[in-house]
Amino acid sequence: MMHKLFVGLVSLWLAWPALANVKIEEITSPGGIKAWLVEEHSIPFTALEIRFRGGTSLDAPGKRGATLLMSALLEEGAGTLDSRGFAEAREALAADISFDAFDDGVSVSARFLTENRPEAAALLELALTDPRFDQDAIDRVRAQVASIIRSDAKDPGEIAGRTFDRLAFGDHPYGSSGNGTIDSIGTLTRDDLVAAKAAAMARDRVYVAAVGDIDPRELGALIDDLLGELPETGAPFPPHVDAALTGGITVVDFASPQSVVSFGQSGIKRDDPDFFAAYLLNQALGGSGFAARLMDEVREKRGLTYGVSTYLAPMDLAETWQGSFASANEKVAEAIEVIRAEWAKAAAEGLTQAELDAAKTYLTGSYPLRFDGNERIANILVGMQSEGLPASYVTDRNAYIEAVTLDDIKRVAARLMKPGDLRFVVVGRPVGLEAEN
Amino acid sequence: MIHLLRWLTLVAFLSAPALADEVTTFNLDNGLQVVVIEDHRAPVVVQMVWYRAGAADEKRGVSGIAHFLEHLMFKGTDTLAPGELSKIVEANGGSDNAFTSWDYTAYFQRIAADRLELVMRMEADRMRNLTLSEDDWRTEREVIIEERNQRTDSDPGAIFGEQRRAAQFLNHPYGTPVIGWRHEMEKLTRQDALDWYRLYYAPNDAVLVVAGDVEPEEVRTLAEKYYGPLAPSPGIKPRERPQEPPQLSERRMTFSDPRVSQPYVTRSYLAPERNHGAQEKAAALTILADILGGNGQTSVLARKLQFDTQQAIYTSASYDGTSLDPMTFNLAVVPAEGVSMAEIEAAMDAVLADFLETGVDADQFERVKTRIRASMIYADDDVNGLARRYGEALTTGLTIEDVQAWPDVLARVTPADVMAAAAEVFDRRHAVTGWMMRADAPEVMQ
Repeated sequence: MMHKLFVGLVSLWLAWPALANVKIEEITSPGGIKAWLVEEHSIPFTALEIRFRGGTSLDAPGKRGATLLMSALLEEGAGTLDSRGFAEAREALAADISFDAFDDGVSVSARFLTENRPEAAALLELALTDPRFDQDAIDRVRAQVASIIRSDAKDPGEIAGRTFDRLAFGDHPYGSSGNGTIDSIGTLTRDDLVAAKAAAMARDRVYVAAVGDIDPRELGALIDDLLGELPETGAPFPPHVDAALTGGITVVDFASPQSVVSFGQSGIKRDDPDFFAAYLLNQALGGSGFAARLMDEVREKRGLTYGVSTYLAPMDLAETWQGSFASANEKVAEAIEVIRAEWAKAAAEGLTQAELDAAKTYLTGSYPLRFDGNERIANILVGMQSEGLPASYVTDRNAYIEAVTLDDIKRVAARLMKPGDLRFVVVGRPVGLEAEN
Repeated sequence: MIHLLRWLTLVAFLSAPALADEVTTFNLDNGLQVVVIEDHRAPVVVQMVWYRAGAADEKRGVSGIAHFLEHLMFKGTDTLAPGELSKIVEANGGSDNAFTSWDYTAYFQRIAADRLELVMRMEADRMRNLTLSEDDWRTEREVIIEERNQRTDSDPGAIFGEQRRAAQFLNHPYGTPVIGWRHEMEKLTRQDALDWYRLYYAPNDAVLVVAGDVEPEEVRTLAEKYYGPLAPSPGIKPRERPQEPPQLSERRMTFSDPRVSQPYVTRSYLAPERNHGAQEKAAALTILADILGGNGQTSVLARKLQFDTQQAIYTSASYDGTSLDPMTFNLAVVPAEGVSMAEIEAAMDAVLADFLETGVDADQFERVKTRIRASMIYADDDVNGLARRYGEALTTGLTIEDVQAWPDVLARVTPADVMAAAAEVFDRRHAVTGWMMRADAPEVMQ
């Protein structure tokens, strides 16, 4: 009975409504900066998302942590405003302005009310073009970063992730945390932060998206004000790197009742013609939903974990296919055994037609659901630009998913999945599990 | 600024609900309360069913049963195989999940708006027709124990939080963890789950919230079709839990663990909650939390301890008045290197004493009020958040009118109200102070 219902629902998918509400306008400001805009005038505010490609991977040699510390200091005083003055001005305008740095980018996220948008934009402009980097602010925020570094050193999930990254990427920036180390951030000077800003925040690597109560002319003027003063070019990007992962188990001793595990192998580039087949394969094998094979085998059938999932990580400079879970120390060996067996089985056989169909209906059906708020849409649009996708991708994307066949899946599984190269990093006191190199 | 939220989950709670004209409410004859929130910007809908039953409604000895049942609700009905509901939702591009708190248990699906009927049929089905096979419930008990391993026992901050909360509540069941004490979780049975289910899972104990690209009349028609025929539970009684006796003795606790890298001091005070028709004190406490610790640069604790004396690298104050019974007002301070636990606690208390003496800064108060007004605009961008706010309020003793009055109640709070609330709540006899310490450098608490 349920199978009938299931099939009936699948066929409904042909009638999926178009994304009528997301009309992307590609604009170029008077100053020549490109941006994507979705006008949405029903709520009187604008969400603005700016991203600079590069991020913490641009840290200069010996300056690990500089880009992150720099980005955290952008809201700690600018122009004539000190840290507190800047924060008070932001509160008085009820604007949100925040900065972040990650492996591949520095991001600027803002929400402005329409009623005071010029004042809020002027405040953001100040932070982007004239940050103070006062010594007392540097010292204060550095102590906060140091605290995070020390916490991460005792957090099993962080230890697992860092160990995996080191094994995969060694001395490449991807091989270490963008937070830096206690030693590396201890030596950073104000000049280092000024240099990090010039390296990371330049016009040759910027992407802009705005969604909300603003028109193209207003947005053009606003981004010229915000970004026009930034340097034309930034630092060169580091080279691409191949994940140097070999099969086996790395155990990091950690006193806890549960082992936390990161695992993975090499992945696939975002612009590879097989990317969508790999994406569907991952969804059916290790997606976070209950339909995925690993969730079914490890959690539902055996109760070995609260959750297990995998994901493709096509970053700018490297590609991996990673997953994570946590199991009681007594159970983790069995969980790894199950995952290895499922990996080998999928590599050899691919998916069933039913699994492929379910993954397709999920991915095509869930895609429009992502576009349900100004902030969310602005984030998606800036991400698309940084991946080099055209605005038309929003309407074309589901067709790429639909085009994948079962043969594609089998071919791509054989090409990509390397059961012998699957590396597990286990942080805990696993029982009955030996390190394998 | 860096947000040090890894150990301390603390968020200011100034957010305001949607405007009344976007919200429609009605009741079915069987007692089901229905709330519809319209947002036609995207073809998406969220269905949430909230039960007025949470961990604080459990009988003693079966801690964790509310949460265990939440997991078992995915194990099928007469017409749905185990896991089938989630698979059907996924096959339709949707996502679904559930969560349990002390005051409520809630289930939701987020899906294309034209699939509302599908998820409503399935959610209504499992409200009364759950089936549990022998294999399923035993395996799921292993899963919730792994969940406890992951969320609590692997995290010294969570372990200490659980211990402090147990000390905060001398008699009220808020002192028992939602996930349950491990020794009781290990003994939970199918019968315990079914007893809980049969008593509480019924239309007269539930709130249905539907938010997104829907019309109220369409929701009414579907709700009457699928939820309308369900029988109410005769056993639902007023939620009268054991209440706190007068708290006369301050509690002070220490915890050290090799996994702790960053020591910190916490203080929680028993604090009143939002009540139907009487939300003023909770509103004053909400603003007090924002003024004391809502922002890492401008709040009172940050200014004094992170900027002026630089004894702390992080400070916070938090309060969420959305609970059925009195809850807590929370403070936390993370000392800078070289500052002892005793010193940072004394510094925190000195800031509170000074604040009680000098009062609220007028400029800061004005900025807080501006942000409250703006939060009403920003809130409209997040229909899921709005749905959640209504569900939470309606399962913690509040009404639709209370939810919609909340922004006005916040706006009417005066500096004098804030100071009166502070003077009432900051009573050490009602407080638990915690020192979280590294294993290698424990300090003796005075």
